[in-house]
Amino acid sequence: MGYPHPSHAGETPVLSQYFGDQDGIGLDGWRKRGGYNGLQKALSMSPAEIVDVVKASGLRGRGGAGFPTGIKWSFMKPGDGKPHYLCCNADESEPGTFKDREIMRWTPHALVEGCAIGAYAIGAETAYIYIRGEFTEPLIRMRQAVREAYDAGIIGKNAMGSGKRIDIVIHKGAGAYICGEETAMMNSIEGRRGNPRIKPPFPAVSGVFGQPTTINNVETLAAVPHIIVRGAEWYKGLSLSSPKSTGSKLFSVCGNIAKPGNYEVTLGFPFKDFLYDLCGGPLPGRTFKAVVPGGISVPIQTMEEAEATKMDYEGFIEQGSMLGSGGVIVFDDQQNMVKQIARAARFFAHESCAQCTQCREGTAWTTKIMERIRDGEGTHEDLDTLFSIADNMTGKTICVLSDSCAVPVVSGINKFRSEFEALIKKPKFHPVTAAVA
Amino acid sequence: MATTAEPTTAVTQPKMVNLTIEGRPVSVPEGTSILEAGKRAGVLIPHYCYHPALSIAGNCRMCLVDVEKAPKLAPACATAAAEGQVVHIYTEKALEARKGVLEMLLINHPLDCPICDKSGECELQDFTYQEGPAESRLRDPKRFNPVEDFGGDVLYTTSRCILCTRCVRFMDEMAQDTVLNVTERGDRALIGKFEGKDLTHEWAGNVIDLCPVGALLSKDSLNKARSWELDHAPSICTGCSQGCNISIDTRDNMVIRFRPRPNEHVNKYFMCDTGRLDYRWINRQDRVEVPLVRRGESLAAADWDVAIPATAALLDGHRVFVAASPNLSNETLYLLSQLIRANGGTGAFTVPTGPEAPLPGVPDLSLRADRAANGDGATLLGFKRTASLLDGLAAGDVLIVADADAANITPAQLALAAAVIVIGTTLPENLRTAAIVLPIANHAEEDGTFTNLRGRVQRFFQAKAAPGMARPSWWVVGDVLAALGKGNAYYLASEVFAAMASDVSAFAGMTYDALGMRGLVVSGGAK
Repeated sequence: MGYPHPSHAGETPVLSQYFGDQDGIGLDGWRKRGGYNGLQKALSMSPAEIVDVVKASGLRGRGGAGFPTGIKWSFMKPGDGKPHYLCCNADESEPGTFKDREIMRWTPHALVEGCAIGAYAIGAETAYIYIRGEFTEPLIRMRQAVREAYDAGIIGKNAMGSGKRIDIVIHKGAGAYICGEETAMMNSIEGRRGNPRIKPPFPAVSGVFGQPTTINNVETLAAVPHIIVRGAEWYKGLSLSSPKSTGSKLFSVCGNIAKPGNYEVTLGFPFKDFLYDLCGGPLPGRTFKAVVPGGISVPIQTMEEAEATKMDYEGFIEQGSMLGSGGVIVFDDQQNMVKQIARAARFFAHESCAQCTQCREGTAWTTKIMERIRDGEGTHEDLDTLFSIADNMTGKTICVLSDSCAVPVVSGINKFRSEFEALIKKPKFHPVTAAVA
Repeated sequence: MATTAEPTTAVTQPKMVNLTIEGRPVSVPEGTSILEAGKRAGVLIPHYCYHPALSIAGNCRMCLVDVEKAPKLAPACATAAAEGQVVHIYTEKALEARKGVLEMLLINHPLDCPICDKSGECELQDFTYQEGPAESRLRDPKRFNPVEDFGGDVLYTTSRCILCTRCVRFMDEMAQDTVLNVTERGDRALIGKFEGKDLTHEWAGNVIDLCPVGALLSKDSLNKARSWELDHAPSICTGCSQGCNISIDTRDNMVIRFRPRPNEHVNKYFMCDTGRLDYRWINRQDRVEVPLVRRGESLAAADWDVAIPATAALLDGHRVFVAASPNLSNETLYLLSQLIRANGGTGAFTVPTGPEAPLPGVPDLSLRADRAANGDGATLLGFKRTASLLDGLAAGDVLIVADADAANITPAQLALAAAVIVIGTTLPENLRTAAIVLPIANHAEEDGTFTNLRGRVQRFFQAKAAPGMARPSWWVVGDVLAALGKGNAYYLASEVFAAMASDVSAFAGMTYDALGMRGLVVSGGAK
């Protein structure tokens, strides 16, 4: 799918404004488009002023959890005598989510700029950008952008002539889903196995290399330069749901839909309009059945729920799901939900880091049962067992990968139980035994 | 007027926090985990990955407890005890969570307890019996992985592994030799070895003890006994002068294995492989089982009632030279020193040596160069450490070889002595010319104490019966002294120790009760 999308009144291209614009990738082109004005302005402000602007903008983390960014930055105590670190989470591995890689592909300098502002705001001299290993093209673009920024003196020991040191290091991951979990990512940056760490201590106290660390998603950091240039009030005004959910958000859309791709809308946009108007609705002759709105680890919505949803942090929760990463996966009436959920479970079973018992064993056991049901070998007791396993997997492990596997299974059975039961009731093949006279 | 400066290093008392665990009030230093606080309160919170000597992994999720006012169950190993905290271990919520963990651990764990060496001392077995599900809901085939030889003494039974990572953390943090890792992800995960590495580290055998299930097993003791057949006696390793605390596990009067016994002052929870595998000699079958008294050209079996007076008669009026084993107890060495004091003479010992092999993660824990348990005790009791065992043997001395290694004793040296008395567990070939042989128990067959290289006096207890008519060594020497009219007969090792404590200043004030299971340092302090 190419960019730009056919213009639609509902789209609000802030981050995606230059998607598809080849000339905006390099430094010169990016500067012509206003690039690095945000950093220039930020470097003339104090770190505390930047944090205040970000707080006032209401920007919330776009990686999934939705924690207010300004408040997260304010946890970093200036003058504590320790090195601070910023880590940009560019691991984007959530099935159904592909927005960060597009930011990096088309506007790599936006991320460099966001990282530089973030690092300055939290008192860090070094920012790590942790990029998923499979993201070959974004990796090449980011490496080039960082090199250009160094060569132009935008970052480095005297960033934009400010006397401030801002280094950006690109760390290529090896392609493990769990390395997108912030503490596992820190382990990976340190060269260790990507296993999540027990919290507390939280990263702001003891993060990468044991030092105070802030971790932000690509999309979050890419939004920061716009907020600095245009102001907090402008960003808040973008929203239909201010003050709780402000600004614009990229949603990646895939599955059985006419126009899959990345769409940027302001938070609070009606999900129904989004699916039918922006994304073109279902394929000809089909109807929508279900949606996963925030990446596969959030609860599945029926179409009735989805059509009643406001696209913001609170709106998705009200309708029984979550905004998550904004990875919208659409299923139409041709889809077998048991098969889809079994596939999701297999993904989590494959990616579990194997630390916690419930996750290591639970994801695999869930997968075995789901695949058995899918293959027509399930029983009604299996559904009870799945609920019970999901209960054991929820809220009891170091990170939430285990919960993420349980969520689609539980919501899937709850909302599409008839599909499960239809497979369970499927007549089994029994050989006929001839009566012997 | 001169003033005394205040001490600059004042001992600061840790801040204490008060909490209630399972209705029991307990006070612990700030920073203590709920799990450790539970131990103080006398309640064991079930756990697998936690071990007090290793870093917190928090991965088994077995120690989940209910803390009042907390939104979720808390892992007791990774949650610090806090003032006023109220912890419940047996609420329905906590029990359900642990039952869930046990069910998860068991879905792929082979139920091969009947053939597993860990059966009977397996924490998965114990906690499942205590809190686990009554039956399995697994309808699918179990995962299977082959058994792997990890090198050294360690066998890895992959299918039994619960990935607690104690073994990985031990090798990383204690041995500081990164050999093990977690390989793969998900339920395919298993413990692996780094390329080209084996568990041949001197302390690697500890991973066997640390493994809470039957995943890591000792090749040496494989299939030798079921754990419930074993008797356990607290003892001290005689492999070197460190004095590691051990348990001697026996079956039918045979030593099956040594295992480390915790003592925070000496060996924490560990022992080296040299010590661990140094037990076969205790089972040796060529023991002297009856007192032997020379009758012309041959040694004839005799009753103790004959052998002791005969020994006394031989010794009467002679200077003695006692060649002692540095693995004799303080008690026996003390009585031998009394014999030297009564008759005049000297005592000497030699210590076999070998390379040092420290455990880097535990300060002052090492396989010591001195490969004997009680060289320091012998020195304290007046014996001279010599390079050659019989250095100083004077013509006309009665030579007493008290279980010392006689391999290098020559006939010419023996000829120098007026007579040779062997007080020993065995009769070496070159001492067959002895006048009298008095059979004694080895340290696994009697009670006593050793003094380690830091001056810590530690008790060991009888683990098995001595063969035949062999008697505890202190008993034999005490009887000889009594027969000489130079002392009392003793009936308990503690009586000998009491006599020693009142006689030898280094041991002043010590009693068996005071030594307890951790030992005490001789007066004059640790070296």
